[in-house]
Amino acid sequence: MCTSIVELARAEGMGKRGDEWFPLNQAVVAYDHARHAHLGDVITLDFTNTTLEPGARAAVELTLDTAKELHAALARAIAAAELEEAEAHERGAPPARGPRLVKVA
Amino acid sequence: MSFYRGMTCANVTLKGDGGTPITAYTARPEGNGPFPGVVLVHHLPGWSEFYIETTRRFAHHGYIAICANLYERAGAGNPDDVAAKVRADGGIPDSQMVGDTAAAVAWMRGQQGLNGKVGIFGSCSGGRHAFIYACQRKDVDACVDLWGGRVVMGKEELNTKTPVAPIDMTKDLSCPLLGIFGNDDRAPSPEQVDQHEAELKKHGKTYEFHRYDGAGHGIFYWHRPLYRPEQAMDGWSKVWGFLGKQLGK
Repeated sequence: MCTSIVELARAEGMGKRGDEWFPLNQAVVAYDHARHAHLGDVITLDFTNTTLEPGARAAVELTLDTAKELHAALARAIAAAELEEAEAHERGAPPARGPRLVKVA
Repeated sequence: MSFYRGMTCANVTLKGDGGTPITAYTARPEGNGPFPGVVLVHHLPGWSEFYIETTRRFAHHGYIAICANLYERAGAGNPDDVAAKVRADGGIPDSQMVGDTAAAVAWMRGQQGLNGKVGIFGSCSGGRHAFIYACQRKDVDACVDLWGGRVVMGKEELNTKTPVAPIDMTKDLSCPLLGIFGNDDRAPSPEQVDQHEAELKKHGKTYEFHRYDGAGHGIFYWHRPLYRPEQAMDGWSKVWGFLGKQLGK
């Protein structure tokens, strides 16, 4: 099957290739025939950095069923994380996200 | 000449679409010829090892063969990673593919020992591309489309990179066409292959389609679960028969 099912999302974080970590700026979700998994059509996830060479890519190929399980697990973890963040916010703690810039006089 | 012919393989640099340098892998049978030529158009997984091996397979069968890296503009590296980048970018423009492939055809036509006949061969997106090329240009003598998807396209699928559905180019097809398809495929689906066949008939084109039960997409890909040995062997025999007849081998 030659599909054109491709979805892009912004990604902020780090990915690993070999022994090296690299900064991410894009996540690509596609559904097409597998390139490596011994399966027919798969959900592929590519975490990349478009400003680096094409080899800056952390990739997986998943069956549709296990991709759904991952999707559900991600949703559960995100819901729990948001609850955690909301409780921390109520306690007056700073949000646990991104580098905080401190102005030095 | 021994039964198994030697060959010479080399990477060459072509002046691709817009004058951009691109690399192409070439394979030439031992001897002075005359040999027919085949231009391979790689698939969506890119300038992959399968295509490099298939280029040599053509030389083994007595064809001068060339396969250009249509994804070279996306950067250097493992073809797998480069193909992933191209996928994220929504593929390559059809017009750029035609320009790059024209450079490969021109290289072929400049080869000593060519018998004057050149075929074009592609699978998956490369099958679609081979068909587009054979419709837009008049410098190939035979076209092989292996399970090319998105020949039939809805209006919502058209964009600046793929502005015209290939099926709508059928009237301009400039050479005989061989198509090989699996009846379990969904892109192209059997219904889409029917539509394409009807369009070829409507315009009086010379073609032969072979459609296999028990097979889907990528019948020849020996490294994938899609591989179907029986259908692949029969399909290859159809390729050799068709090209032998059309290219005067």
